[in-house]
Amino acid sequence: MAAIFQGVGAAAALSSSPSNSFDTKKLLCSPRRSFSARKGASFVVVRSDGSVNFDLNHKGRRAQQLITNAVATKADSSAAASSSKPGHELLLFEALREGLEEEMERDATVCVMGEDVGHYGGSYKVTRGLAEKFGDLRVLDTPIAENSFTGMGIGAAMTGLRPVVEGMNMGFLLLAFNQISNNCGMLHYTSGGQFKIPIVIRGPGGVGRQLGAEHSQRLESYFQSIPGIQMVACSTPYNAKGLMKAAIRSENPVILFEHVLLYNLKERIPDEDYICNLEEAEMVRPGEHVTILTYSRMRYHVMQAAKTLVNKGYDPEVIDIRSLKPFDLYTIGNSVKKTHRVLIVEECMRTGGIGASLTAAITENFHDYLDAPIICLSSQDVPTPYAGPLEEWTVVQPAQIVTAVEQLCQ
Amino acid sequence: MSAAFSTAKFATQPFPLNTTSPRSHDKPLFDPLKIPTSSSPFLGSTRKLRLSSSSKLNLHRRSGAVVAVSDVVKEKKSKSTPNLLITKEEGLVLYEDMILGRAFEDMCAQMYYRGKMFGFVHLYNGQEAVSTGFIKLLKKEDSVVSTYRDHVHALSKGVPAREVMSELFGKTTGCCRGQGGSMHMFSSEHNLLGGFAFIGEGIPVATGAAFSSKYRREVLKQADCDHVTLAFFGDGTCNNGQFFECLNMAALWKLPIIFVVENNLWAIGMSHLRATSDPQIYKKGPAFGMPGIHVDGMDVLKVREVAKEAIGRARRGEGPTLVECETYRFRGHSLADPDELRDPAEKAHYAARDPITALKNYMIENRLASEADLKAIDKKIDEVVEDAVEFADESPLPQRSQLLENVFADPKGFGIGPDGRYRCEDPKFTEGTAHV
Ligand SMILES: Cc1ncc(C[n+]2csc(CCOP(=O)(O)OP(=O)(O)O)c2C)c(N)n1
Ligand SMILES: [Mg+2]
Repeated sequence: MAAIFQGVGAAAALSSSPSNSFDTKKLLCSPRRSFSARKGASFVVVRSDGSVNFDLNHKGRRAQQLITNAVATKADSSAAASSSKPGHELLLFEALREGLEEEMERDATVCVMGEDVGHYGGSYKVTRGLAEKFGDLRVLDTPIAENSFTGMGIGAAMTGLRPVVEGMNMGFLLLAFNQISNNCGMLHYTSGGQFKIPIVIRGPGGVGRQLGAEHSQRLESYFQSIPGIQMVACSTPYNAKGLMKAAIRSENPVILFEHVLLYNLKERIPDEDYICNLEEAEMVRPGEHVTILTYSRMRYHVMQAAKTLVNKGYDPEVIDIRSLKPFDLYTIGNSVKKTHRVLIVEECMRTGGIGASLTAAITENFHDYLDAPIICLSSQDVPTPYAGPLEEWTVVQPAQIVTAVEQLCQ
Repeated sequence: MSAAFSTAKFATQPFPLNTTSPRSHDKPLFDPLKIPTSSSPFLGSTRKLRLSSSSKLNLHRRSGAVVAVSDVVKEKKSKSTPNLLITKEEGLVLYEDMILGRAFEDMCAQMYYRGKMFGFVHLYNGQEAVSTGFIKLLKKEDSVVSTYRDHVHALSKGVPAREVMSELFGKTTGCCRGQGGSMHMFSSEHNLLGGFAFIGEGIPVATGAAFSSKYRREVLKQADCDHVTLAFFGDGTCNNGQFFECLNMAALWKLPIIFVVENNLWAIGMSHLRATSDPQIYKKGPAFGMPGIHVDGMDVLKVREVAKEAIGRARRGEGPTLVECETYRFRGHSLADPDELRDPAEKAHYAARDPITALKNYMIENRLASEADLKAIDKKIDEVVEDAVEFADESPLPQRSQLLENVFADPKGFGIGPDGRYRCEDPKFTEGTAHV
């Protein structure tokens, strides 16, 4: 079992998960993955390392700014010390749930709709227990009718509710593309600003563990050109909760991407109420030599690579861009101006992906600061294969990241 | 042989044309083995309406029987008062609304050909009895969801003709500031939720609005929230999945919604009969556990009777209703459509059943109004429409500063610029000159 999450370095998180049984069923796959033994134990508790300098660049420009890695101070690197500290420890899916629950308590117009979100508790248990607590109408189990229940969420949002629509798997929302594009994205505009769509569309996506092509999609590339929507991707329990809450409170339609392989990451998060800024990137590791921009699960491949790079004498700066639309050009720009080199690491598709857009944005805005061409490591333009090794070659691996940085810093 | 029924018959006789009584009492269009047409003539007249008292409905709900509803209308007519379905005042309101719809659309055609409006403009001529018959029964808080053929629904719901015309002219005084256009009419004040240009997409949105009503009553404990939602759409749209999905959800949760099908027999150039395996759309209601009603959509009084029943049911929390209104559009699909496909005889037949003439005759015959009363309304509406055109014409075109204003409800959605400030704070955003 510990092998299941080794790829993201969260192996131990699973065994301590109270939801062990269902998750195993959902995500179980062969424990024979080659690099399990190698990496399994290295990130028992996954944290967003070293970001204490985050505020330096931001000059208090945003009032609600939060220290995005509140628990991940440098002194905190020993995982054992956790129990005596303030805050509480939970898994990423529980953090999402906690954020959702708090917002539902705070505001009675917040409701959830989707397939199996109610009695079943959500396919990844993000809504577990909420139906019992808030009732079947606030946590609405819908028939399997993605475009219609998404459209229904939009109609509800237009008439005063704040629905959180769950795609059982993000890929299924391809069936709701029309509603997301035409209505979520455009309706505020076409109505001349008369109707708001304060909806959150969220769900699991990304390349999991041998889930096959259709269940391994990254819809952010498809959604990114829709005007009028915002897109964020969570990657830690801390930002998962903070982004969930911020997305619910936003007046704009927000798509929140979760990753199937990150649900069981564990982190200690504050007890106090907090939200994350939807438009802000997160400094994961300040550094001097190269800017590595990443998001979602690839953050962990980058951090694995970063260890190797540090051992080799490099000092990479790692930024989780978090906001996939719009990009936080300030955080990104400051980093580019410092390192003059950019590597993008994403799980999105090479053609027309987030990385492609990011490359364009950086070239457009910071070309003069670049000392080398941007390198963008993306997934191959291949339907994600089922077979383990083929799947592994489809997405970016830490070794490729190391090589790319070495090439950039030549 | 069931295989024999379709193509040949439809091809040679695309529509059961019969000058006295189209769509019914005709040679059966279908294989009689498949559909017992003898007792159920295709798209029969209002005698074939299906309507039922709610208690009846509950009994039949799970029985699978097609819920019979129509006789309520018939009985009411024959028993209570043999004549008057409406008061004079009601009649005048209906007449005025229908005249407004007709005159407004005729003016749109003129303005389109004069180059005052552009794009796809779908006019509603001929179908007025549906909009008027339903929407004039609503309260302001009730919602309407329409399609691209939405001008008249907007007018019936109370959106001023000036604002609709101005929207069509692309002017800043339009009901959507010129940002929506013909196919995207909205009014938050009048709870007109759109204006949807893609087939079927309005149906889920309407279902969501109905869900909100239920949610308000049951979760937010707003006991007085009895708001209903009307979703209007065409026959062609009834072959779209969103129709079926939403019938299911609305019945499942007993949402206060009425699905109003404006069956005008055509989806652009696709005859309803060539597109739909069982063309009696109303029959799909009972299949989902809600009443399905067929009504003569050229008769505003009949539409109104059915609408009353359906809206009442929804308000009382008894759930959704599917209403199929048999109607006809008097113009091409849009002003860009040469309308060469439809049989002139078919057009003539329906032209003879003009819903406005029918109401006029009814009112005069029953002494609800004099010719002079109605003429006065005609004149008043002419002035309203003239005024709308003048208003639209004189209104300013949008300024550049408007360009970026309503992309996001919270303009922070444009993100943070290289300088660390939100991009929407940049004066270029206010000026509309920023690149986004
Ligand atoms: C998703 C989608 N497909 C195709 C069209 C093009 N289209 C516009 S109207 C129309 C016919 C619709 O017919 P019907 O539902 O009967 O409504 P009517 O126009 O007769 O009022 C079609 C195919 C569209 N608007 N949206
Ligand atoms: Mg039609």
